[in-house]
Amino acid sequence: MKMNGARIVLECLKREGVDTIFGYPGGTVINLYDELFSFKEIRHILPRHEQAGVHAADGYARATGKVGVALATSGPGATNTITGIATAYMDSIPMVILTGQVPTALIGNDAFQEADIIGITRPCTKHNFLVKDVKDLAVIMKKAFYIARTGRPGPVVVDLPKDIQIAQTEFEYPETVDIRGYKPTVEGHPRQIEKAVAMIAQAKKPVIYVGGGVILGNASEELTTLAKQLDIPVTTTLMGLGSFPEDHPLSLGLLGMHGTYYANMAVSHCDLLIAVAARFDDRVTGKIASFAPHAKIIHLDVDPTSIKKNVRVDLPIVGDVREVLTQMLKVTDAKNKDLAAAKEGFASWKAEIDEWKSKHPITYRQTGSTIKPQYVIQRLRALSDPDAIVATDVGQHQMWTAQFFGFTIPRTLLSSGGLGTMGFGLPAAMGAQAAFPGRQVIAICGDGGFQMNMQELATMVQNRLDVKIVILNNNFLGMVRQWQELFFDKRYSSTCMELPIDFIKLAEAFGAVGLRATKVDEVDEVITKGFATKGPVLMEFKVAREEKVLPMVPAGASLTEMVLAS
Amino acid sequence: MRHTIAVLVENEFGVLSRVVGLFSGRGFNIDSLTVAPTNDESLSRITVVTRGDEQIIEQITKQLNKLIDVIKVIDFEAENAIEREMVLVKVNAEEQSRAEVLRIADIFRAKVIDVTPKSYTLEATGTPAKVSAMIELLRPLGLKELVSTGPVVIGRGAKGWKG
Repeated sequence: MKMNGARIVLECLKREGVDTIFGYPGGTVINLYDELFSFKEIRHILPRHEQAGVHAADGYARATGKVGVALATSGPGATNTITGIATAYMDSIPMVILTGQVPTALIGNDAFQEADIIGITRPCTKHNFLVKDVKDLAVIMKKAFYIARTGRPGPVVVDLPKDIQIAQTEFEYPETVDIRGYKPTVEGHPRQIEKAVAMIAQAKKPVIYVGGGVILGNASEELTTLAKQLDIPVTTTLMGLGSFPEDHPLSLGLLGMHGTYYANMAVSHCDLLIAVAARFDDRVTGKIASFAPHAKIIHLDVDPTSIKKNVRVDLPIVGDVREVLTQMLKVTDAKNKDLAAAKEGFASWKAEIDEWKSKHPITYRQTGSTIKPQYVIQRLRALSDPDAIVATDVGQHQMWTAQFFGFTIPRTLLSSGGLGTMGFGLPAAMGAQAAFPGRQVIAICGDGGFQMNMQELATMVQNRLDVKIVILNNNFLGMVRQWQELFFDKRYSSTCMELPIDFIKLAEAFGAVGLRATKVDEVDEVITKGFATKGPVLMEFKVAREEKVLPMVPAGASLTEMVLAS
Repeated sequence: MRHTIAVLVENEFGVLSRVVGLFSGRGFNIDSLTVAPTNDESLSRITVVTRGDEQIIEQITKQLNKLIDVIKVIDFEAENAIEREMVLVKVNAEEQSRAEVLRIADIFRAKVIDVTPKSYTLEATGTPAKVSAMIELLRPLGLKELVSTGPVVIGRGAKGWKG
């Protein structure tokens, strides 16, 4: 059937199973919007800023595992998407971002609202496409989704000149797509898997270190089975939280800069580190030279560039994490005598770890009536649904959430780990809520990050996205303030948010509900009421202003050089 | 360590900027770079000379392979490859040095491609070492202009890159 380019885009989205997109209209996408007006299969949500639209599509993708889709017009619309795209790129989130472009004949002429978005997004996308002929459109859309979701996932931009949206052609959606330069490895090399199992059988003090790839690759079940079967302790990165239940005795929680004492000690003393779909980020390793100094390292990743990028690796295994773990599980069962013998030996290692656990648990002290931020996080966990989805911003509240919430289910923590994007939490929660209208979705923000995308209150109210927003308000840009306290002689340069904003009135101005707790005995009441109230609710907690995130490994120090909570 | 890497890419707009952007964005070195279509017109071949330790070269080849438009990356080992570059060089050739320029050109099997009463322009091809040896001999005579292609490289033996 013959149709115009705009319609073809929507037909392609439908065939890729897209049910929701987040977009902002403008001159070069007006044709697309005209088609969308009568295209009932796709729900369109209008954010109040394109950056938030991309974060929302990102939150949708993180929560569902499906490809998130965002749409923006050319020029400023497209450049506003950059932070969102870079955020998704750093965390390997499958997304397709559609941007309008000036008509083909005007490209390069500095036309009104023209930006070279292909050039601008080249370093922050997995790939990008400029459609130059409407006949290529369907194939490009197919490729875009295929690239976004396979291998190591990532965002793909498709730039759509206005004339391409208007031009007519026969629509035919390809069933499959073959890209000769793109063949991600799926299966792990059997010989490498054998070697890995042999190394585990030789180990006395093994640790599994899990990254976000386990969640992205839907391999939490396999990972959990393997860890339990082998009886090996598990530590996760921020992105890996939820991949292994934190309430299990083998869980060491978070490692790295704000990781637990015992996770960092375990990594620093282990003789075998099994890295599963993690990328040895500097926030995880601390000083590279003293990272896991006694350990042989097995590194399993779908992306060969991740291997040996930052640390030496003794045994690389390239492949899809779920596939490789499944392959491993076939040879690690009870029949494996060597492993059974090795497991007996792990008991003394686990006892050593338990000693570290009891010596320095993750802790804080709630004294007096001033609310400690960590207390709010613990009460949120206690009073929320077990499958609640939590999105965070970036900073202290993010680390307290990672330390104290206790994630047990994959895809329940949505957080910008790689890029560390303030302003991410609120729109990401909005995207997750759009995907799961029936689930509890909580956005945990600081007062700084919240203000970076607070205009999205309007989107939530308009679209009945009933996110429960939690602001841990210390009237500071807390994480930077903490660094200034510890490393810059308490010179709080530009980190005090001096203006005390009335967040309750702000929520009400948008038509949302606002609640506030200023004393510790009001916390439960506010949370309970907030969760019970229909519609978007903003819960503000006035918290201890100069509370620090601890433990902390100073930037560039070894993991064992932790500043601990007293 | 100096490495000469051949990168076979889709012969499409924007591909070169992806390759070059990868090098600049990740702080990899480019000593020289040449690019042209191949016998298969859907492909272009980029030859890039770079340097770095083993770990950096491994990252470079992996990162190149990761680009969607890259079909194949070959990190050539010197003993299994033939490397050639071409230079065009305009040399001062006044009375006392005219014969010397020609002698040097002859030794290096360079061709005179332009001549004026004050200059010779030579064309020379060869390994980077040979070409630079010639340039060093010409330098004292006065180089007016020099342009080089940078090396291209091809594997030895009967097999093409597809094997």
